[in-house]
Amino acid sequence: MAIDSKVVARAAHLARLRVDDSETAELSARLNDILGMVDQLQQANVDQVEPLAHPLEVSQPLRDDRVTEPDVRDKVLPLAPASEDGCFLVPRVIE
Amino acid sequence: MHDKTLTELKAGLHAGDFSSRELTEHFLDRIKRHDGELNSFITVTEAQALQQADAADQAIAAGDHRLLTGLPIAHKDIFCTEGVRTSCGSRMLDNFVAPYTATTVEKMAREGAVMLGKTNMDEFAMGSSNETSFYGPVKNPWDTERVPGGSSGGAAASLAARLTPGATGTDTGGSIRQPAALNSVTGLKPTYGRVSRWGMIAFASSLDQAGPLGLSAADCALMLQAMAGHDEKDSTCLNEPVDDYLGALDHSVDGLKIGVPEEFFPDNLDGAIADNAREAMRELEKQGAKLVKLSLPSIKLSVPAYYVIAPAEASSNLSRFDGVRFGYRCEDPKDLEDLYKRSRSEGFGAEVKRRILVGTYALSAGYYDAYYKRAQKVRRLIRDDFSRAFKDVDVIMGPTSPETAFKLGAKADDPVNMYMADVFTIAVNLAGLPALSMPSGFINGLPAGTQVIGNYFQEGRILNVAHRYQMATDWHQQAPGGFA
Amino acid sequence: MSHSGNWEVVIGLEVHVQLATDSKIFSGTSTQTGDEPNRHASLIDLGMPGTLPVVNKEAIRNAIRFGLAVNADIARRSVFERKNYFYPDLPKGYQTTQLAEPIVGAGEVEIQLENGDKKVVRIHHAHLEEDAGKSLHEDFHGQTGIDLNRAGTPLIEIVSEPDMSSAEEAVAFARKLHSIVTSLGICDGDMSQGNMRFDVNISIRRPGEPLGTRTETKNLNSFRFMEKAIALEVARQIDVLEDGGEIVQETRLYNGDTNTARSMRTKEDANDYRYFPCPDLLPVMVSEEEIQTLRDQLPELPDARKARYIGRYQLSDYDAELLSGSIATARYFEAAAEHGGDAKLAANWVMGELAAKLNAEDKDISESPVSAEHLGELIQRLKDGTISSKIAKQVFEACWNGDGGPDQIIEAQGLKQMSDSGELEKIVDQVIADSPAQVEDYRNSDDAKRKKKIGFFVGQVMKATQGKANPQQVNQLLQEKL
Repeated sequence: MAIDSKVVARAAHLARLRVDDSETAELSARLNDILGMVDQLQQANVDQVEPLAHPLEVSQPLRDDRVTEPDVRDKVLPLAPASEDGCFLVPRVIE
Repeated sequence: MHDKTLTELKAGLHAGDFSSRELTEHFLDRIKRHDGELNSFITVTEAQALQQADAADQAIAAGDHRLLTGLPIAHKDIFCTEGVRTSCGSRMLDNFVAPYTATTVEKMAREGAVMLGKTNMDEFAMGSSNETSFYGPVKNPWDTERVPGGSSGGAAASLAARLTPGATGTDTGGSIRQPAALNSVTGLKPTYGRVSRWGMIAFASSLDQAGPLGLSAADCALMLQAMAGHDEKDSTCLNEPVDDYLGALDHSVDGLKIGVPEEFFPDNLDGAIADNAREAMRELEKQGAKLVKLSLPSIKLSVPAYYVIAPAEASSNLSRFDGVRFGYRCEDPKDLEDLYKRSRSEGFGAEVKRRILVGTYALSAGYYDAYYKRAQKVRRLIRDDFSRAFKDVDVIMGPTSPETAFKLGAKADDPVNMYMADVFTIAVNLAGLPALSMPSGFINGLPAGTQVIGNYFQEGRILNVAHRYQMATDWHQQAPGGFA
Repeated sequence: MSHSGNWEVVIGLEVHVQLATDSKIFSGTSTQTGDEPNRHASLIDLGMPGTLPVVNKEAIRNAIRFGLAVNADIARRSVFERKNYFYPDLPKGYQTTQLAEPIVGAGEVEIQLENGDKKVVRIHHAHLEEDAGKSLHEDFHGQTGIDLNRAGTPLIEIVSEPDMSSAEEAVAFARKLHSIVTSLGICDGDMSQGNMRFDVNISIRRPGEPLGTRTETKNLNSFRFMEKAIALEVARQIDVLEDGGEIVQETRLYNGDTNTARSMRTKEDANDYRYFPCPDLLPVMVSEEEIQTLRDQLPELPDARKARYIGRYQLSDYDAELLSGSIATARYFEAAAEHGGDAKLAANWVMGELAAKLNAEDKDISESPVSAEHLGELIQRLKDGTISSKIAKQVFEACWNGDGGPDQIIEAQGLKQMSDSGELEKIVDQVIADSPAQVEDYRNSDDAKRKKKIGFFVGQVMKATQGKANPQQVNQLLQEKL
């Protein structure tokens, strides 16, 4: 399926990326190149094949329910672009 | 001092030929003199390095010799290092001073390593030429008009120019092996789950793996010995005993069965590249190894499968860079949407954004089955191809890269062409196998590398094969001119 | 033009249950609440670059316990996936949850209605996931503050089939789930703190017609609000459809203070969540042995408890249902019955006086100022004749108001029943002497009328004794003397 500017705009919104109109054509062309290459996948006969998420098929180790992580607030808040009263600050969120 | 391997430097420190401080100052001085030209470091941690060197000298004096005591190492800037900027090659993290240290860095420090600094890389490890770094491209020391490969380009270039005797890298689709080949150094990507991913900034979680780059297979064995092992902080890091990599180096290769897949020698492959890899295998044949022709039919689809899986995982992994808790935030966001969109658009470079968009698209409603799920099925086919092959052979070999280092900017506008740089390395990541690239000669004055792929947890075996090859050849000892 | 009547209501619930583990689902961070913002937000919970999740064993076990309690299939293999969307209280930009392979499969729960009717509500599945943080809108001068203490707290989301057809059924189901998870001890059930959250999917249709468009109502932090919110939404949908309008698929936010709801978002701006298996986590495998062990260790569940109340305490089905319905009520009742030595009396008091007071003051039984032990003490005093039931109510009231334990109150306020018949006889004589007209009237009446008329004298005696006389004794004395 060919990518047009509408598809680019939709994906960009989902990914919270701003794509200016001036970039859309170039970007659509590049994405079409990539997806064109990726479309070789459609040749594969995978009818009876299960997807493989991890190369080694092992199971999830489980952790004991113990508190091991320290309070790092004073270390991490200074990394934030904006913070106040122990909270990270963002422009007002309207529900 | 800088022409010595890590193994030789270790012996020198042990013998008291020089101190760790002298060694560290020597490399710091070389970085100062030569890195202006190469741009292989993003951050040099001089004060910290000297402190660690002094501590190492005290340890040596006290008879406390560990695996890496007093040896300078450069870490790829993808590993979190507490108190030191960890940029991942991105404007997004230009101001990010990590609040903790990656397990790999921690383990090497515990073995006495001295950190020289953080090496340059493609932004978020997305690239094969090191041109996507926010800090500018790294130059190939063999020809500074050419790329060093990527994404661990800074690691490979600094090593080749002898600005560091050892380096760490990460490999998601070839990011250790391809730059190793393009710079004539040895680089190993371990089995997926052999080395902890804790503290390593994620690109594609099911493919990413950290590994060493060194001047020899023996050096890689030494570093891997310190890096490998279980970490309960990483669910995908396996609880398997760590082999004695150093002890296995000298094993004979007599009778070794080397698989030679026809897919690694396609008709359109540059004849010089093909000949170079064949020549390397002939050298091992001389030592008693046997070549076995085989086919891995599904690996033809490894590049397309990779360029669905890796961007899909990346699109999700990179969502945390939202300008809220750390990293870049745009000026004066007018609302939340504006904050997200501008912070991310200004903080990420073009290739990162392209991959996020491809990944977002591949996972979006209506395309998931056609792209992501299908790619995961192809992934199984690829793994099964390798598993079948390893029933008959001990290792699989071929060229690491389909070409030698290309000119800076040559592929900048052609992502798909760029992606083909990893055509021989990507299948290994999809299958999760260990593989290394070793220097195997020069084509028109530019380095070429040969890849040795092993079965799961056979790092010891492929290091052994590379070591035996390096015992008989001196490609790995050659250094680029101009960095005296 | 009204076509009202003949609307069928179709309700399904999505219930978020916060699991009472010590640490979070994917990190070893404390789940403690009430502390300063971001004191319990570790590097992992903050989504720091390079951090990774590891699954909490107890969260898995708690989900399995729930599954076993509702006779559900337990998945031997379940998979965590990422649900991708941007929100400031979601640090990683995705929520780790389960979709295609949840840990708990189809199950069922039996509910009982006011009229005694029983009904089975099917559970579609229940899955494990992490909670988000909180957005704080006050005190940040027009901006929003983000507190991630709650981020990563384990939740199970229980999704029912749309099997309920009234607010009463939905509330009965919600109460039953509440009772199950609190009996299992996997959740404290505190709805006011959002530790158990109910989202209600509602649609209406004409009988025989296909399902209508549904809406989802959120923010129901008590059963009372749930009932009101459903009534409100059903009425709204009927109005819309009867006016020729269409129901829009949307999420609605209920406000309990004003009993109103407003649209939060419609399907048009619904996200495309791009679910895919989380590559940082591996499939969770559960062995038969593990499941069997958990099954063997399950505590008593509400249905079993109810059967026990009927069998052992001889309570009626109705009483047993009410008392076994909530673990807190059941624990209270059992302690009071034990202490008081009379289950029937304890049941009457818990469902009568105590329930009325709790209701009037909008308190949970766990907040009752009268402890189960004190109620037991009161029952003892009733049984041994120290006080009359009338005085008992007075003692209960005093105890509720913090005047001390029943014995203490009876002693301090001199409320012991008058047992000295000589003293009582004097008072009876006095009452008879003071009321000649009534005595005359009584004596001229037949037996049937006398039975009514004696009440006057009893009342006078009780008044004179401030209620401390034993009513039976008074009756007997009056009959003799009159």
